[in-house]
Amino acid sequence: MQRQLSNVEAHSKIQRKSVWRRTMMQMRRNWQLYALFAPVLLYFIVFHYVPMYGVQIAFKDFMANKGIMDSPWVGFKHFERFFDSFYFWRIIKNTMGIGLYELAVGFPIPIILALMINEARSGRFRRFVQTVTYAPHFLSTVVVVGMIMMFLSPVSGLVNLIITSFGGEPIAFMTEPSWFKSIYVWSGVWQGMGWSSIIYLAALAGIDPQLHEAAKVDGAGWLRRIWHINLPGIAPTMTILLILNIGSVLGVGFEKIFLMQNSLNMEASDVIATNVYRSGILGAQYSFSAAVGLFNSIVNFIMLITVNRIARKVSENSLW
Amino acid sequence: MPQSRSERIAGVFIYIILSFITLLVLYPLFFVLIASISAPETVMRGEVWLWPKELSFVGYERLFANSELMRGFLNTLLYTTTGTALNVLMTIAAAYPLSRADFNGRGIFTAIIVFTMFFSGGMIPNYLLVKELGMLDTIWAMIIPSAVSVWNIIIMRTFFQSSIPKEMQEAAFIDGASNMRVLWRIVLPLSGPILAVMVLFYAVGHWNSYFSALIYLSDRANYPLQLFLREILVQGQMQEMVDISDDSLARSLMDAEAIKYAAVIVTNLPMLLLYPFLQKYFVKGVMIGAIKG
Repeated sequence: MQRQLSNVEAHSKIQRKSVWRRTMMQMRRNWQLYALFAPVLLYFIVFHYVPMYGVQIAFKDFMANKGIMDSPWVGFKHFERFFDSFYFWRIIKNTMGIGLYELAVGFPIPIILALMINEARSGRFRRFVQTVTYAPHFLSTVVVVGMIMMFLSPVSGLVNLIITSFGGEPIAFMTEPSWFKSIYVWSGVWQGMGWSSIIYLAALAGIDPQLHEAAKVDGAGWLRRIWHINLPGIAPTMTILLILNIGSVLGVGFEKIFLMQNSLNMEASDVIATNVYRSGILGAQYSFSAAVGLFNSIVNFIMLITVNRIARKVSENSLW
Repeated sequence: MPQSRSERIAGVFIYIILSFITLLVLYPLFFVLIASISAPETVMRGEVWLWPKELSFVGYERLFANSELMRGFLNTLLYTTTGTALNVLMTIAAAYPLSRADFNGRGIFTAIIVFTMFFSGGMIPNYLLVKELGMLDTIWAMIIPSAVSVWNIIIMRTFFQSSIPKEMQEAAFIDGASNMRVLWRIVLPLSGPILAVMVLFYAVGHWNSYFSALIYLSDRANYPLQLFLREILVQGQMQEMVDISDDSLARSLMDAEAIKYAAVIVTNLPMLLLYPFLQKYFVKGVMIGAIKG
């Protein structure tokens, strides 16, 4: 290792001058590429890095007339207020609860679906199943939540009509906090399982059919072949998606929860993102909600890095 | 090769489960369709199951009589077309240089872009920035903050790297073509499928999004369709459409339900009609993205 390094160093010393010259020449020759890339870079700086810099208002008392730069520093005041607030544990519990529930259900189901579609012999049947299960992915969040509400309405909803026709009492699904997480997660499965299975189907299609033939000759049954050939075949894909999923456990999306939320199910539906929206955008407490949002981003980032490191240790696959 | 008994049983079992799942996904969509063209009373009484009852288009009539909704539709059309055009241009501008091995600094540039996928300043600093730039309540707030998606840049870059022959580009350079000319004359004409994928991904995203409109727009004249849909479907606000004065309350409640079903159908009709034909492009996009995440 040492020798390699010094080797490289010596090598680069001799070559540095010519490498530098070649780089400059290349850059001059490719100036059009840089011109093409400039607006993209500008966009990322202005709309992604400037807000990251602006997140300093979480440590300040933001005053509109003074602007972000000149507002006074207050240290961790807003964080302390958030950690001590009455809602803190409720929000954390809900965010974690929904995130983990979603992970436990939403991660394995697309894999199982892909394995089943892969086993179906008839091509036409396969295509039909795929076309149908992919379709809900293209519905907007507003429409999906609207449909949930129509189907679960205690007065006219189809689900409650079925319950009452069997002699049961109608259930007010949307206003009952105990139902919230299940409705959120399972409607997500309904909408997303087909689309999420595509990536696994692609991985399955890449498995050498000769492996299956060989296993058949050796007398391996159907389940054994799935277990020993198909699952290892898609393991790299599974690892990557698991890392991404775990990394976003606390990043429970705003769009759908916000639409499903009402004052009666708040106890189960209030999460970090909706809390930031309420106190920040609606309540104009910019510094406080920026602190809450920053807390969320940091926890997410740490989780992603941790999971990625674990994945790199125990398997050969990781994001980076 | 002859199948064993257990294998045949497993095969049948899989067909049954998959059929059940397909039904579970399809039925809610089908129900909304037949409920939207049935008389509202029959839907309320639970008589509509497999076929529309007492054909009625009252939901559609009320929906199309609403001028605000038409406005929302036009706004969405505007945001979708301009937004998608900007998105695709920016994606090409980012992906082509990054796909070139002789683009010095591409490692750093890639890192700068990809990092934003995992860490962000959050909702509030973004909001303050848009406000500071004076874009609140303008079309710019709807298209510029989401000018390009990192994920799509990666997909496109992967496509450029893996599907456009390097030799062709090099030959053109030897013939004295400039970078822009190569991009325009060689790379883009060979990228038809991926461009279609990008247009579709972005357009669907714009058509369905409500979040940026919710936080950046306050003037109803600028609202996209999805925000009006939210009022109809989620908040149940449709006094304008349901004429309470000359009808009984029960009557207007039923019409309100009919409007909801009709609204879902109308806003998703373009997508539902096009989708079966476009499916293979969408799937292709996901697959290219899967090659290297």
